[in-house]
Amino acid sequence: MATPNIPLWEVFIRSRNGLAHKHVGSLHATDATLALQAARDIYTRRGEGLSIWVVPSSAITASDPSEKGMMFEPAESKIYRHPTFYDVPEEVGHM
Amino acid sequence: MYTQALNSSEGEDRNIEDAARAAQFQSRIDADERIEPNDWMPAAYRKTLTRQISQHAHSEIVGMLPEGNWITRAPSLRRKAALLAKVQDECGHGLYLYAAAETLGSSREELVDLMLAGKAKYSSIFNYPTLTWAEIGTIGWLVDGAAIMNQIPLCRCSYGPYARAMIRVCKEESFHQRQGFEIMLTLCRGTEEQKAMAQDALNRWWWPVLMMFGPPDQVSQHSDTSTKWKIKRFSNDELRQKFVDATVPQAQFLGLTIPDPGMKQNANGNWEYSAIDWEEFKQVLAGNGPCNRDRLAARRKAHEDGAWVREAAMAYAEKRRQRSALQAAE
Repeated sequence: MATPNIPLWEVFIRSRNGLAHKHVGSLHATDATLALQAARDIYTRRGEGLSIWVVPSSAITASDPSEKGMMFEPAESKIYRHPTFYDVPEEVGHM
Repeated sequence: MYTQALNSSEGEDRNIEDAARAAQFQSRIDADERIEPNDWMPAAYRKTLTRQISQHAHSEIVGMLPEGNWITRAPSLRRKAALLAKVQDECGHGLYLYAAAETLGSSREELVDLMLAGKAKYSSIFNYPTLTWAEIGTIGWLVDGAAIMNQIPLCRCSYGPYARAMIRVCKEESFHQRQGFEIMLTLCRGTEEQKAMAQDALNRWWWPVLMMFGPPDQVSQHSDTSTKWKIKRFSNDELRQKFVDATVPQAQFLGLTIPDPGMKQNANGNWEYSAIDWEEFKQVLAGNGPCNRDRLAARRKAHEDGAWVREAAMAYAEKRRQRSALQAAE
């Protein structure tokens, strides 16, 4: 008999106070409580984290990599968003 | 993202190999770009990686058995705690790897079922028995040592999730090798009998460990495309040679003799080893090693004995879901 699938969760860990939670991997668990406990055992055996988030994988909406050109084009063409676009005379010093 | 949900193959015909896409894929590989789960990839790349990553995962899980055999008989509390931690790490490594394999579109349950049905391979080394405590030392020192040689280049493999899983694995693997070497060192500095036990373990594990790197380059069936796709960065024989060169001085330090009377150092400083008995390797892979049937039987029993736990956890989650749906409706 085939083994039934157990839901998949994505795991995010905050490594030190002040840093954002970062995706570290995924795991299978039937509910959120078990997912948190499994995340602790699988991803923080050596003090990697101070805080864990688990999110059902099915709850994530992702951008389509094959459309990344169109998706991120607006950021490519606006060089005036970068500080180096503006000239400041050397005499003014660091700004 | 490591999700099955995002990898739904609906509406996407993965088997149509568009030559232009394949060429573009290869140019991404050549430019050392990482391939991510939702990127287009040739069906053969997906298949090769699913095979390799899931076999790697099965090896970690089956690899818990020979060492688990000694947890209750470790000679001290310190050794017992370390061995428990190591075996737990192997389980964790299996889980990281199953997660990486799943991003290619097969579920962990399917992959595990294939292994339990005897249709998927795992590393041949775990079909050898651990008869004495010294073999726990030898496994850490040599089997984990060989695994590290294999795995470090995989941290730069072209498939993102596999490379990231290997980085985590390699970080943890170093403790495994050092604890094994420490066991060997303690035995070698102990009584005559203890040193003899260490030598005996080395005698039995040396050749199977060399076989872990796979068939010689001229007959390896997966090497060419794996190299082209940058899944593999060094050949089997190159890695094997690196391992031998690193290990000989360690054996000398322990005062142990490598069971290869023909071994000699050449002008380049490399240690040349004698011919490997590939017939033994073939036999073990074909299921005729000393412990193949035991290992599979133990995995099947564990899987079946755990079925009620999986069912109960699923039923509990379903009951809670229904209850909260009812409360919301009120």
